[in-house]
Amino acid sequence: MSENSSAAGQTCTISLELNGERRELQVQPWTTLLDLLRDQLGLTGTKKGCDHGQCGACTVLLDGRRINSCLTLAVMHDGASLTTIEGLASEATLHPLQAAFVKHDAFQCGYCTPGQICSAAGLAAENRASSRDEIREHMSGNLCRCGAYPNILAAIEDALPTLRGQEGAQ
Amino acid sequence: MNSANSPLGKPLDRVDGPLKVTGKACYAAEAEVPGLLYGAVVSSSIARGRIKGIDAAAAEALPGVRLVLTHQNRPPVASYDEPYEDDDAADGSPFRPLYNDRVLYSGQPLALVVAETQALARHAASLVRIEYEVEAHQTDLQAAREQAHDAPAELPEPRGDFDSACAAAAKRVDCEYGTPVEHHNPMEPHASIVQYQPGGELLIHDKTQGVQNCQRYLEQVFDMQGKIRVLSPFVGGAFGSGLRPQYQLPLAVMAALKLKASVRVELTRQQMFTFGYRPRTFQQLKLAADGEGRLRAIEHKAIGQTSRFEDFTEHEVEWSGMLYACDNVRLGYRLAPLDVYTPLDMRAPGATIGVYALECAMDELAHEVGIDPLELRLRNYTDINGNEGKRYSSKELRACYQQGAERFGWSRRPAQPRSLRDGHQLVGMGMATGVWEAMQMPASARACLDADGRLLVTSATADIGTGTYTAMTQIAADAMGLSMAEVEFRLGDSSLPQAPLEGGSATVSSVGSAVQRACAGLRQKLLDAVQQSPASPFTGANLETVEFVDGQLRLKSGEHAVPLRDIVQVSGALEAEASVKPDEKRDAWATGTHSAVFVEVRVDEDLGTIKVSRVVSAIAAGRIVNPKTAGNQIVGGVVWGIGQALHEETLIDHRLGRYMNHNLAEYHIPVNADIPEIDVIFVEEHDEIVNDLGSKGVGEIGIVGVAAAVANAIYNATGKRVRDLPITLDKVL
Repeated sequence: MSENSSAAGQTCTISLELNGERRELQVQPWTTLLDLLRDQLGLTGTKKGCDHGQCGACTVLLDGRRINSCLTLAVMHDGASLTTIEGLASEATLHPLQAAFVKHDAFQCGYCTPGQICSAAGLAAENRASSRDEIREHMSGNLCRCGAYPNILAAIEDALPTLRGQEGAQ
Repeated sequence: MNSANSPLGKPLDRVDGPLKVTGKACYAAEAEVPGLLYGAVVSSSIARGRIKGIDAAAAEALPGVRLVLTHQNRPPVASYDEPYEDDDAADGSPFRPLYNDRVLYSGQPLALVVAETQALARHAASLVRIEYEVEAHQTDLQAAREQAHDAPAELPEPRGDFDSACAAAAKRVDCEYGTPVEHHNPMEPHASIVQYQPGGELLIHDKTQGVQNCQRYLEQVFDMQGKIRVLSPFVGGAFGSGLRPQYQLPLAVMAALKLKASVRVELTRQQMFTFGYRPRTFQQLKLAADGEGRLRAIEHKAIGQTSRFEDFTEHEVEWSGMLYACDNVRLGYRLAPLDVYTPLDMRAPGATIGVYALECAMDELAHEVGIDPLELRLRNYTDINGNEGKRYSSKELRACYQQGAERFGWSRRPAQPRSLRDGHQLVGMGMATGVWEAMQMPASARACLDADGRLLVTSATADIGTGTYTAMTQIAADAMGLSMAEVEFRLGDSSLPQAPLEGGSATVSSVGSAVQRACAGLRQKLLDAVQQSPASPFTGANLETVEFVDGQLRLKSGEHAVPLRDIVQVSGALEAEASVKPDEKRDAWATGTHSAVFVEVRVDEDLGTIKVSRVVSAIAAGRIVNPKTAGNQIVGGVVWGIGQALHEETLIDHRLGRYMNHNLAEYHIPVNADIPEIDVIFVEEHDEIVNDLGSKGVGEIGIVGVAAAVANAIYNATGKRVRDLPITLDKVL
């Protein structure tokens, strides 16, 4: 990480592997990961619901782990690998979770959905939720005001074996 | 058409699903606009008074800050009330942002700081100093009950003689129920991007349930007829919060006009608590019945809070005059003005709280009479809306009771409270009835079959997660005999054909009817087109003798068929538009949706923690266009009802006149772990009166009655009546 001065004030250069692509980025030291994605890079699939880590709409995968991107500064993640909803699947096909969310109608307005899906992908990698109640518990950091919870549960339950199979194969 | 291949009534995936799961659906704050500036709102810290001075020097001194907008330097706005009266305005004098130096409520927007980045705008906003002349305020409905006045609502006239019928009755219940302030809290905060066009016109991306409502409002307030277009293709939830133009919209417009630049104003989660909400109420229910539980008299009187500038009314007590057979009914509704913002319609406005009180009182009456609560409802069943003296066009509530009770296992409910246990858990079962209106509003739609045979249908309605895109695509595909993939429905653009506000569960009924009618016009044009040739095998045919199926126009006799694509390849694109008003045949009937909700709760005997463990919701809402998306609506309503019963309450510190829990950590909405299996049943209900589709809408009915069923189940589990919501563990212990 290096520091630069520019018209926009002091910025730092960080390197991120963003959705599989290595990017050199100029960020202000106070810019959150969420604002970097939404306002600076135009990756608006990651949502801002509260900006305080209370709703989970901004969940992304940082080095494979789910985090609230509103609660962390971009400069803290020089060299990290970041996956957002835009990078979860290839252009042509849906990720198993994305497909399961459509199939089970696991959303209504869609605003919490990218966060739910990234969170569920993180959950799958954690390999600790096996019962329905455990999935419910471990998905409770992602609010859905439309109340699509039972369908979110069904979608995750449906996709988990596929996801874990993929990981086992790797 | 409704052939075997018709998509109508099928549980199809949402057509906008792939966009939503890939992050490509573009919400209001996400439009890509070159040269965009960012606004941050400065909110009042007092509940009542005047602004003595605004010191913006420190904010303005920061490089990159472009404007500090206040009532002193804003562009000119209308000075009469009328231009501010939107389609969902309450009686009175609508709030005018940055109008003058008056502070009317805590959280009121007093300034907008506009800067080159959002972070800079937010920082600069924190530097704006406002000096106030503070006046005494009142924000507590309990303390202001005596100052209430009759609501300007058209209540049904009292019928019969409540006093003597009540006095003569064998069994009586007289209870007061309290409900708190609740906030909509859609996941997407309200936001507007005003895109300043070279000619001074404004292209606006807004979060709203009515693009044309916002367009009209802005045209009137800023005197900009014909210069405003509002877009809202995706709405991240609203539940009523988008029925009125919210203040970030005129603020963004003011800044854009002042700077001749494009501006975004996105509210913070805290600021999502600085406009409309479900009002706090106190409700008195008096029920009187004979020894067998037949209702002899009902009185339902409510007091709700409102602002000092508008009288907000909702249908709160009417339900008590229509849900059961009763000859002696008296309803009352009063409002107490406080130093708060005006309440706003929120999912099943009025019914959510009014039916809660009625259905809890019915449970208390059942215990008073000594009969099963479901049996009490059946003894008072009616097919007539007593307020209107009209028979329902359809009312399959009896089927809801029967199928819901069977699925739930209601017969296993212990009659004696606090008699069923599972370890430390007290188990209880409760039920309630739900009711909502089946409205239809005037609406228009346009259907255009392009030269490639693709159908584009448009209307200026909204999809706030309700499934409008999908349901309208199904209705149009059915009407034209096309596949879903051949049809596109477009909405959320004020330049499209007229549509009402997306609310009240009226969209399928209103816009769906317009889509059907526009497609009927298009069918006629297609038939006319094939009849142009003198040798046409369709000569002499009419819409009765042809059918539109499998992408073809064909004679019902089966002799001839022509693909629609072939017709438009010759004729060029064909288009039809239709406007539909509610049919006069509705006037002779009452219309409504109904439900029966059954709930099981588990209350920890030592800790008082309450968990809803099972819900069955049986719904009668006419024809269901898409059981998958409609079922999701009902589930969402049930989740809201659980939140209302157990979690949601916006608390005010009355000394400061200010909300205390205005964030998602302290304003509790249900999370995944709070929600059990929810079993939704759509009972068969045929209705040829309500509209041509026979469909009534399902956005509201899912929530109505749920909180009462939960409260009644808690009584059954614990033997304790808690009559003010939410029912938190401290009230149960």
